[in-house]
Amino acid sequence: MAKSNKPIIWFPFAAGGTVIAFFIPVIVLLTLLAALGHVPAGLSYDSLRALAACGLGKLLIFGVIALSLWSSAHRLRCTCYDFGLRADTLVANVLYLAAAAGSIATAVYLLRI
Amino acid sequence: MSKPLIREVPPTSWYLRHPRYLRYMAREVTSLFVGAYCVLLVFALQSLAAGQASYEAFLVALRSPASIAFHLLALAAALYHAATWFNATQKAMPIQVGEEFVSGNLISGAHYVAWAALSIVILFLAGVF
Amino acid sequence: MKERLVQLDVFRYNPDTDTAGHYQHYEVVCQDEWVVLDALNKIKETIDPTLNYRWSCHMAVCGSCGMMINGEPKLSCHTFLRDYAGVIRVEPLTHFPVERDLVTAPDDFIEKLKRVKPYLIPKEPKPISEGEYLQTPAQLKKYHRFTLCINCMLCYAACPEYGLTPKFIGPAAISLAHRYNQDSRDGGRDERQEIIASKEGVWECTFVGACSEVCPAHVDPAGALQQVKIASSIDWFKEHLLPGGGK
Repeated sequence: MAKSNKPIIWFPFAAGGTVIAFFIPVIVLLTLLAALGHVPAGLSYDSLRALAACGLGKLLIFGVIALSLWSSAHRLRCTCYDFGLRADTLVANVLYLAAAAGSIATAVYLLRI
Repeated sequence: MSKPLIREVPPTSWYLRHPRYLRYMAREVTSLFVGAYCVLLVFALQSLAAGQASYEAFLVALRSPASIAFHLLALAAALYHAATWFNATQKAMPIQVGEEFVSGNLISGAHYVAWAALSIVILFLAGVF
Repeated sequence: MKERLVQLDVFRYNPDTDTAGHYQHYEVVCQDEWVVLDALNKIKETIDPTLNYRWSCHMAVCGSCGMMINGEPKLSCHTFLRDYAGVIRVEPLTHFPVERDLVTAPDDFIEKLKRVKPYLIPKEPKPISEGEYLQTPAQLKKYHRFTLCINCMLCYAACPEYGLTPKFIGPAAISLAHRYNQDSRDGGRDERQEIIASKEGVWECTFVGACSEVCPAHVDPAGALQQVKIASSIDWFKEHLLPGGGK
């Protein structure tokens, strides 16, 4: 029996779980306000562009989205197994690829700003 | 010849056996809503990169009833995830100072305090108040 | 002394004649302060001598009387009748093969326990003449909680991941490996990591947390397993990203 390479998957999952816990509730709250018609000043086109234009802003946005996507993908993989879906390798490939695609798209959009 | 009785675990319905399993599955299913919300964020970023008109259209699309319902679900999921995550920190990261372990509730409590402070700062920076 | 009429539905299985289990209803007069094990003993002594179950110490130390009581893994010597109303359903521990009635086969757990080397492996053996291996109270406290395991297997009965993936080394064995890994006198962590940081080891755990909720000795196996995941991740990054494997 050999040591598993699972840390490559699990460590970003744990980091992403922490990021989701700290950041996602308040971000949902902000876009919920926008959905209710009260767009917060920080979500206006100009302020969001300004945030995404600076290096630190790009890094922050990319970090939050990429880690949250990865964490959700991994947990969803385990959830599929728990619900009885036994095609684990297929599920894992689809979800991890989707998370990676989302992260690449995030990087591309950020670099366009 | 006597043989032991093997009782199979029902693979698609085992979590109905006990409320604690349902709580666990609820925590796991939050990932579906959080994940979908992150996909929404990617689309938001796409519209932001495409220019003002595109971003304004995105903001208008956010105001549909379906979007509001989804936001409420995502908010509930994110909050449940956060609570379970902070409660777990004391198990995953015990801190021993000298001989004694720091109280677990202090570790989780510190996470809640930091979380509240961070959320208020972000809301303030976003101009909510 | 106050008495109560206790009704139990007890799981029965005779490996010589049965192909499936069934429930047998018993009604027995018990003292108010008795535990479920006392009720089973009275049934065996006065009603049905064919009923089989394991027990030994009757004081939550030996870990042999674990069974499902109303669907919850419990030590039957530690489960008071007065806490239950109506018929009490008593079944053998889930996830383990049933040998007869409430008796399960612990072989899988014992085999896993052996694999994780749950004993001190000194860094350098030294002769008795050089004296004992010393340890400070703080070093003792670091792992003390994980020494309290009584190998009762309630955590395995509670763990759905063990039920779904029987190869999983499981809560108690990994917690005991962690107990020795955390011991300042021990030098066997590398050997144990080969087992518990494998695919069938800690990575099958999805942190349901049920093990810690049912543990009668408050070992907190779920906490131990999360700590093992973090430590194993740090190992992995050291081994793969640092020059010389971080040694």
